[in-house]
Amino acid sequence: MNFSLSRATLVAEADFVGIAGERAVCDRRGVLYFPDLRLLAVSDLHLEKGSSFARRGALIPPYDTGATLLRLQAVIADYGPRIVVSLGDSFHDGGGAERMHLSFRERLEAMMAGRDWFWVAGNHDPDAPADLPGETVRELAIGSLVFRHEPSKLRVEGEIAGHLHPCARIVQRGRSVRRRCFAGDGGRMIMPAFGAYTGSLNVLDRAYAGLFRLETLVAYMLGAERIFAISGSMLRPG
Amino acid sequence: MTEQPRLAEQNVAVLLAEPFVKWFAAKGWSPRAHQLELLAKAQAGQSALLIAPTGAGKTLAGFLPSLTELAKRPRRKPGGAHRGIHTLYISPLKALAVDIERNLGKPVEEIGLPVTIETRTGDTPSHKRQRQKLAPPDILLTTPEQLALLIASADARRFFEDLRYVVLDELHSLVTSKRGHLLALGLARLRAFVPELQTIGLSATVAEPDELRRWLVSQASPEAMSELIVVTGGAKPDISILDSEERVPWAGHSARYATPEIYREVKRHKTTLLFVNTRSQAELLFQELWRVNEDTLPIALHHGSLDVAQRRRVEKAMGENALRAIVATSTLDLGIDWGDVDLVVHVGAPKGASRLAQRIGRANHRMDEPSKAILIPANRFEVLECRAALDANYLGAQDTPPLVNGGLDVLAQHVLGCACGAPFHADALFDEVRSAAPYVSLDRPTFDRVIDFVATGGYALRNYERYARIRQTKEGLWRVSNPRVAQQYRLNVGTIIEVPALNVRYVQAGSKGAASRGGRVLGKIEEAFLETLTYGDTFMFAGRVLRFEGIRDNECFVSNAPGSEAKVPYYGGGKFPLSTYLAEQVRAMLDDPQRWKKLPEQVADWLRFQADKSVLPKRDDLLIETFPRGNRHYLVAYPFEGRLAHQTLGMLLTRRLDRAGAKPVGFVATDYALAIWSLADMGWMFKNKKPSLAALFDQDMLGDDLEAWFADSWLLKRTFRNCALISGLIEKRHPGKEKSGRQVTVSTDLIYDVLRSHEPDHILLQATRVDAATGLLDVSRLAEMLSRIRGRIVHKDLEQISPLAVPIMLEIGKMPVHGEADETLLMDAATLVEEAMGPEMAD
Repeated sequence: MNFSLSRATLVAEADFVGIAGERAVCDRRGVLYFPDLRLLAVSDLHLEKGSSFARRGALIPPYDTGATLLRLQAVIADYGPRIVVSLGDSFHDGGGAERMHLSFRERLEAMMAGRDWFWVAGNHDPDAPADLPGETVRELAIGSLVFRHEPSKLRVEGEIAGHLHPCARIVQRGRSVRRRCFAGDGGRMIMPAFGAYTGSLNVLDRAYAGLFRLETLVAYMLGAERIFAISGSMLRPG
Repeated sequence: MTEQPRLAEQNVAVLLAEPFVKWFAAKGWSPRAHQLELLAKAQAGQSALLIAPTGAGKTLAGFLPSLTELAKRPRRKPGGAHRGIHTLYISPLKALAVDIERNLGKPVEEIGLPVTIETRTGDTPSHKRQRQKLAPPDILLTTPEQLALLIASADARRFFEDLRYVVLDELHSLVTSKRGHLLALGLARLRAFVPELQTIGLSATVAEPDELRRWLVSQASPEAMSELIVVTGGAKPDISILDSEERVPWAGHSARYATPEIYREVKRHKTTLLFVNTRSQAELLFQELWRVNEDTLPIALHHGSLDVAQRRRVEKAMGENALRAIVATSTLDLGIDWGDVDLVVHVGAPKGASRLAQRIGRANHRMDEPSKAILIPANRFEVLECRAALDANYLGAQDTPPLVNGGLDVLAQHVLGCACGAPFHADALFDEVRSAAPYVSLDRPTFDRVIDFVATGGYALRNYERYARIRQTKEGLWRVSNPRVAQQYRLNVGTIIEVPALNVRYVQAGSKGAASRGGRVLGKIEEAFLETLTYGDTFMFAGRVLRFEGIRDNECFVSNAPGSEAKVPYYGGGKFPLSTYLAEQVRAMLDDPQRWKKLPEQVADWLRFQADKSVLPKRDDLLIETFPRGNRHYLVAYPFEGRLAHQTLGMLLTRRLDRAGAKPVGFVATDYALAIWSLADMGWMFKNKKPSLAALFDQDMLGDDLEAWFADSWLLKRTFRNCALISGLIEKRHPGKEKSGRQVTVSTDLIYDVLRSHEPDHILLQATRVDAATGLLDVSRLAEMLSRIRGRIVHKDLEQISPLAVPIMLEIGKMPVHGEADETLLMDAATLVEEAMGPEMAD
């Protein structure tokens, strides 16, 4: 339904959130930006997921890498970050960087030029991407923050993670709305997957058990024009 | 036709071998004229279409050519080579194939024919399938999907080389869907194996028999048609509309008001079949009947979502005449023959004249006795519709839908299937495909794009060459590149896409499903409905009121909630849109006060009130009323073009009204009307031509507005999903991966978004648009309507709601409201957080 109501249109595109004392812009396009650090975090790009499927016989359209990079390019242009952290699963599989079409590789390299770029290792891409600049790390600590792909089992203040592809669902007036979301409790933040072909998993799923203080859990659902902060008590499973 | 019986008698001995003549005599029967006529045509080497009402001995007619020929065939010498299939019988339903095996086995045994008959369906165990390959039966009873699978196997040519006849049962229902397209392509393949193959189509009455006649034979010679045999007659059905003593409601679909009167009829008859249009109506009617069932008559419920075991129990009881009434949806529509039904009650409007005729045919399966049926309109518009359908049935009018061109997604599936069977040459396959009636107008460039799609996905960014599923050899033959491709194909064959549904399982109340998991499965229910439920909500299913206990591991847990009211209504609209023909009849009736005399007095009064307070539209006019109510302004249009077309019209009009500054808020659509509400005064706007209604309803809305709406309409996404599954772009199932979660698969919605923005002309998007235009969006019907009403829009700006507008206004709040964005719901939820927790938390 493309038909949007006027009262939803006037709101800004981004909201500020606090994570372990650091201020971040929670961008409705699915990235976090820390203005004080000039750091942009993005998670689960899953580049070359299309060709990964094609390799196994499902010839889904090969445009996902292009689509994902185009969106990434736009947020990088908007914030002009000094540091970019790609929080793991940047490529859908180990051979992804190699398979990438030359035009996409060039686009990616242009984006990386002139800034510090960290590839955090993910379960899909444990090794450094072939022939690409940037530094591959297992995890990254900056200030009071720690960036890693999989959220740790223990409670860690200031952890920014990905891996789980969170989404949230609400039901209002008999209708159900499901969106990708940031999930945070003030201490930890799990980022939504950014890739064009990435699916999502409800934050109430068992996979998230023990990760959040439930009484302060908020799902920052991605809207067409802004973020919607929804308290954990309003969320529905499924 | 009158001469034929005598002619036929003279021919009996010539046409029928002696054992058959004896068998008929022993039964005290004589072969019917149409049975012999069909036999004579078949023996003369012709294909034929037999159109006959239920109970006319269609099945025996269809098999007589095969049986008489098989009777004369010399027996296979012991140890001699097995012969291939002689006759292939294809039906739309597994159950029907099983039924035929029983019904045909009896005469074969009694006549003493050396004929083997076997079924092959999705339920056939693999060892039996293997055996069938090695030692094929003479007659194989199967479904379109199984035929596609057989064709895709390497030994297909040998398996079918002795094939003489293909008998297609319930052809009228097969040809209208994508299953029909797949079947037509399969037939073309069979004809390539065996050019002299003959087809026999069995069908209920249809509007355009010639379409089916073409469908049955190769279209290599243009417009070629099979022979046609029509059995007319059968006693005229005795149909009436319930003239209720109760007040007929303005709106709704439950027909609850008529329950005592329906129960009275059930008591008066031996076995009553109660047809409804949707599952929820079935549930409701069943509940209501049991509420008044003082005599505890055996009344059963039957619909497609119920557990199979429970359905089989009902069917068995019905066959044994142990039931007094069965409440059923369309699962019983087709030709399965059960018990002695002496009354059909149709609750809710029939939506099409042909559908009504076929359903009524269920009663009293002997064609020379009149069927008895009662129509129960659920609301006032349905009274008009029932009256129109009833007049049509008496007039013998038919409104089966016209056939559409074959789907490109289906063609893609078939092309891969052919390659799995044996390497093919594109030129030869193109000619073969065009010999199938649904693909007669296929052009070569499109065909080549389909092959390209099957091979590498057909993308402009040509980077999947190395992953090609089929490759061209040096000799120009296309063959599968890898045996795994054929394996995957076999798991994905067919065109039936199941709506995601969850098992409904009993647990202890309050257990949230955690403790007990041993409860009984009641059936399956759509995920989309379950998504709107909260723990503790009550709803109706399997004839009970159930409490929702939660979802766990792809199962929906419920507990009994006896004595409670079902709180959550299930959307009760019909699933079939009103047929064009009936719509026209209803408009004609509104325009002709003479015809109101046949209507119940309360309904005729309603129309007179309308004429008084507003106006009744002329037959070809479109009436539009505008009026204020509460703090909103309403536009109600009465196109009578069916819910799907109205929904599309509603989407497009709200876009236009939004641009014109009317601030539309939402709309609802029914089969008869469309209501849009807004913040600005639309009546004033139209009167001052800002914009004029003519401009608002201009056909150009089907251009850019439609295209823009396509961008993110969920209807398009759903259609795309079906095309993607059928064409083999994504898989239905994968060995060992049946329970893959959201993370493992790529959602077709995401693929749709990416493909649409990067390659909008891709062949699969092309297929999706064509499908949507005839399917969920019904654009074709909307287009016809817009051209019909040009210069014929009648606007009534009213002070208040008109009598005709009451039904649709009552639907507001009961039906899903469109146009209200998901974003608004999120906004409300977010606002609640802010109110509850203060702004700093929500920040």
